[in-house]
Amino acid sequence: MKHKSLGEWMQTLGSMIGLLLIIIILSVMSDNFLSLGNILNVLRQVSINALIAFGMTFVILTGGIDLSVGSVLALAGALTAGMLASGMDPVLAVLIGLIAGALMGAFNGLIITKGKVAPFIATLATMTIFRGLTLVYTDGRPVTGLSDSFFFEMIGKGYLFGIPFPVILMGAAFIILVFILRKTTFGRKVYAIGGNESASILSGIKSDRVKIWVYSLTGMLSALAGIILTSRLNSAQPNAGFTYELDAIAAVVLGGTSLSGGRGWLVGTLVGALIIGVLNNGLNLLNVSSFYQQVVKGGVILLAVLLDRKKSA
Amino acid sequence: MRNWIKHVALGVLALMLLVGCSTEPPGSDSSEESGGSSGEGEKTIGFSVSTLNNPFFVTLNEGMEKAAESEGVKVQTKDAQDDPSKQVSDIEDMIQQKVDVLLVNPTDSAAIVSAIESANDAGIPVITVDRQADGGEIAAHIASDNVKGGEMAAKHILEKIESEGKVVELQGIPGSSAARERGEGFHNIVDEEGGMEVVASQPADFDRSKGLTVMENIIQGNPEIDAVFAHNDQMALGAIEALEAAGMNEDVVVVGFDAIDDAKAAIEEGRMEATVAQQPDKIGEKGIETALSVLNGEDVEEFIPVELQLVTGK
Repeated sequence: MKHKSLGEWMQTLGSMIGLLLIIIILSVMSDNFLSLGNILNVLRQVSINALIAFGMTFVILTGGIDLSVGSVLALAGALTAGMLASGMDPVLAVLIGLIAGALMGAFNGLIITKGKVAPFIATLATMTIFRGLTLVYTDGRPVTGLSDSFFFEMIGKGYLFGIPFPVILMGAAFIILVFILRKTTFGRKVYAIGGNESASILSGIKSDRVKIWVYSLTGMLSALAGIILTSRLNSAQPNAGFTYELDAIAAVVLGGTSLSGGRGWLVGTLVGALIIGVLNNGLNLLNVSSFYQQVVKGGVILLAVLLDRKKSA
Repeated sequence: MRNWIKHVALGVLALMLLVGCSTEPPGSDSSEESGGSSGEGEKTIGFSVSTLNNPFFVTLNEGMEKAAESEGVKVQTKDAQDDPSKQVSDIEDMIQQKVDVLLVNPTDSAAIVSAIESANDAGIPVITVDRQADGGEIAAHIASDNVKGGEMAAKHILEKIESEGKVVELQGIPGSSAARERGEGFHNIVDEEGGMEVVASQPADFDRSKGLTVMENIIQGNPEIDAVFAHNDQMALGAIEALEAAGMNEDVVVVGFDAIDDAKAAIEEGRMEATVAQQPDKIGEKGIETALSVLNGEDVEEFIPVELQLVTGK
């Protein structure tokens, strides 16, 4: 066990050094980068992608992929906003929103396991379905007029002892998920399925059931991200979360998790999400044109995939 | 006994957590000074624009840059790429950069509010440009008189088709104030006219490719169309492509909004009837002027309209 985690540290070492380098360069080039205000600002911006990417890590560890996360985010956010706008109790609305996200994820898992559809294709289809349902539900308009509930405002806009609440949610999710992946049999099964699915089935692991749970978990985390975004924007946008799956996958891959499954860890994903967030923020502070920003971001993702290929070769 | 201590400790912890909750950013009381901390000499104006993937905003941005240059101030432009959450991040980044004043062209009127509130908390004045915000403290709003523009377009259509026929409305991003106001102006005129029927009102989000597909779909359902009013030229040009593909362009009067170069060329070629010209460079210019007035502590009007004009072939 000790050995294994050492190997993972090595895998993520490159990204960690990369993150450190980016931070050093940016703090030299911009006076405002290392201010406490900006650090909290970056962490808050990162939290949404990180939550999705944590779920994506589980999915990718099983050897799958989930392209529907951005659409789940939008639909769960819109449903929650709709319930709030109609005057439902905010705690209940958020809970139902989370459960709805989990159910969408479970639907993905069922198609993949029981329908034996490749995850890429299955979630490509549900990505379109969930986005379409969001547009149907919202009538293509942003859902506004949410309640002024303190609880709901806290989720996206609040602070706990000066730390933005989304960052706290990200931290809590991180600790719980690391525990699940490291210390529970469920976590070990996730690794086993991704490592060698047929061997894991032979050794008695109910791989279908594990996978359905994994996709449900991702759905719920995407829904949480959607609810945070809805609270921050004080409205649910029908086109929210568009292309977020790419940022999440990029964070996972940047963190050293192998796209072929079985190898990887959540610390790496957190580092990956931080790299993407710090890059976005830093390029903004340095006044790099947004057109170039896209080129840089794409370049970093490409680099990550190339590194991944090198590792699995 | 131990249990008793545990309970008290838990209670205290819960209380602390509750007390720690707040929707105010830390240090927001001392924020008044932060506005001036970027030095006296050089003033920086931040401009968050909904998208630079639209020539209208490119021209607006150029007008702004030109005015800033002649006034000797720096303007920084951040392109939100039509993503409300990216726009919020952009604005937060500019607050961290301590710009002196913020010009904001919201992607979405509702979603922008939290970002504007953050700027308010940091003591940075906010001026909205072209599209309005639903909340927060706004020093001024600069825009074309869109309602009047919609009315101008509708009147021109009535004149062309002699107040009788079927007209299609291609709407901008639903909820955006430009879409709302142009639509309002259009309906003010058209709905009064008994002979006019609006056969379809559909959003194509100010986007050319969506204008094309939405128009294609509308043609399928309504083969007889006399006029199209699009809330911007991008959608009008998309609609023209659809009409040409269906062989209908000859008989349909298409009026757009914004007078971008492509639209003016299409009017020259006779492919498009007219467009309502906003003057984006003037809006940009007014933006810088107003920003400087606000910085100098002068009083500014809440709404600063920029005039419009109808552009036709003749």
